[in-house]
Amino acid sequence: MSKEIKNLKEYSKAAERFEGAHLLCPGCAHSMIVREAINATDSELVISSGTGCLEVSTAVYPYTSWDVPWIHIGFENASTAVAGAEAMYKALKRKNRLYQPERDVKFLAISGDGATYDIGFQFISGCFERGHDMMYICLDNEVYANTGGQRSSSTPIGASTTTSPSGRVSYGKKEKKKDIVQIMAAHGSPYVAQVAPNKWKDMVKKLKKGFDAGGPVFINAMSACTTEWKFDPSDTIDVSDVAVDALVFPLYEIENGTKLTITYRPKNVLPIKDYLGLQGRFKHLMKKENAHIVEQWQKDVDAKWEYLQRREEAGV
Amino acid sequence: MELRGWDEFEIGSVLFSFNEKVENIPNVQQEDRSYSENNSFQASVAHWRVEKPIFNVDHCIDCFFCWIYCPDSSILAREKEVEKKGEKIMEQSMVGIDYVHCKGCGVCSSVCPTDPKSLLMVDEHDEEERVLANWPKKEGKEK
Ligand code: SF4
Ligand code: SF4
Repeated sequence: MSKEIKNLKEYSKAAERFEGAHLLCPGCAHSMIVREAINATDSELVISSGTGCLEVSTAVYPYTSWDVPWIHIGFENASTAVAGAEAMYKALKRKNRLYQPERDVKFLAISGDGATYDIGFQFISGCFERGHDMMYICLDNEVYANTGGQRSSSTPIGASTTTSPSGRVSYGKKEKKKDIVQIMAAHGSPYVAQVAPNKWKDMVKKLKKGFDAGGPVFINAMSACTTEWKFDPSDTIDVSDVAVDALVFPLYEIENGTKLTITYRPKNVLPIKDYLGLQGRFKHLMKKENAHIVEQWQKDVDAKWEYLQRREEAGV
Repeated sequence: MELRGWDEFEIGSVLFSFNEKVENIPNVQQEDRSYSENNSFQASVAHWRVEKPIFNVDHCIDCFFCWIYCPDSSILAREKEVEKKGEKIMEQSMVGIDYVHCKGCGVCSSVCPTDPKSLLMVDEHDEEERVLANWPKKEGKEK
């Protein structure tokens, strides 16, 4: 059953099912998100991961960091791997052939933004159209961090990556970030949300809704990456706080494809310059000649916030 | 542990996390499980650390910020006997750090809200008693 979690004291009673001595970087937000997700439920979990930081770092032979059944197949198919397991589970249940029918099982796919926004996209779309009872969590660190920091379609404009480096002729990536949350909501799935690990209460509420939704659920989780965003490992939570307060990652949910609700409104909205200034990947944007990028980006963030508020108000 | 070569595996082979069946895993703490030698719980990343966190229980308010944000499952939250109004009761508390799995990232210290902090990052080779004896005083305003 998904638990009602009111405070961290209760939350902390969960016994870990994601073990340490995985090889994710110190201060990595991926593992914060995974821990928060797993510890938010008492259900048994079947988890799949697509290729990415999480996968390569948590299953390094001869070790596994997972205390739950966990599978990795390829870059693109975390979604279909778990959808297959879910379909089999349903079929066995229907035929009364479950080995232990009393066990309460949830199906979860966790992959990075490269595997979600780009490489695995058609697979996810298929799973959502077929309506599997599964949750898909995207660990969105806006870059292919596992292979050395190449840009993905989640990388925001102006970020310097190894395939969109900033320098004399370029300000970094030229294209804007893809809006995956809206795309997934357009599938009409019962529940789609954006979360951030630093807002654990918001995250836990959304996970509960997601685990109880009974259909395909998509969660986009902001994952601040100390290595590719280039900030000190101890600052992961600080950077994440500024990201949500600058509305670069607004926290909201969309139910049944349309009903949009904003779940966190910053008391003081910060300028995105504060967010950009904390990270090495945006260092060059602080130069005079790139000021127009920051200005345009701020306008986009404001416009998006306005759009979200209007959608919430209109309830459509 | 004896390692097998890439061509010595059966197709579809599995690594088992535990030696025996663990019923009700979400409620069985790590010390009560029988981990297999393939579980990364049996491995150590202590050598990654340049700095280590030191925990000072005297200032801790059991907010569990460190527990929720530790990326390496290395903050230990357990039931502990405490005295409340002259009575001894068991209460969920922050009890310490798992130095086998802690990578020394410093997140726990950075999110600790007390003044002075209840978690401090110090040089890996510094001694706990020395650090505790020289714990900083209340600062008033942060930073
Ligand atoms: S230093 Fe990092 S890994 Fe170690 S206990 Fe603190 S948060 Fe966890
Ligand atoms: S963050 Fe600090 S005060 Fe809170 S439980 Fe951890 S050590 Fe104690």
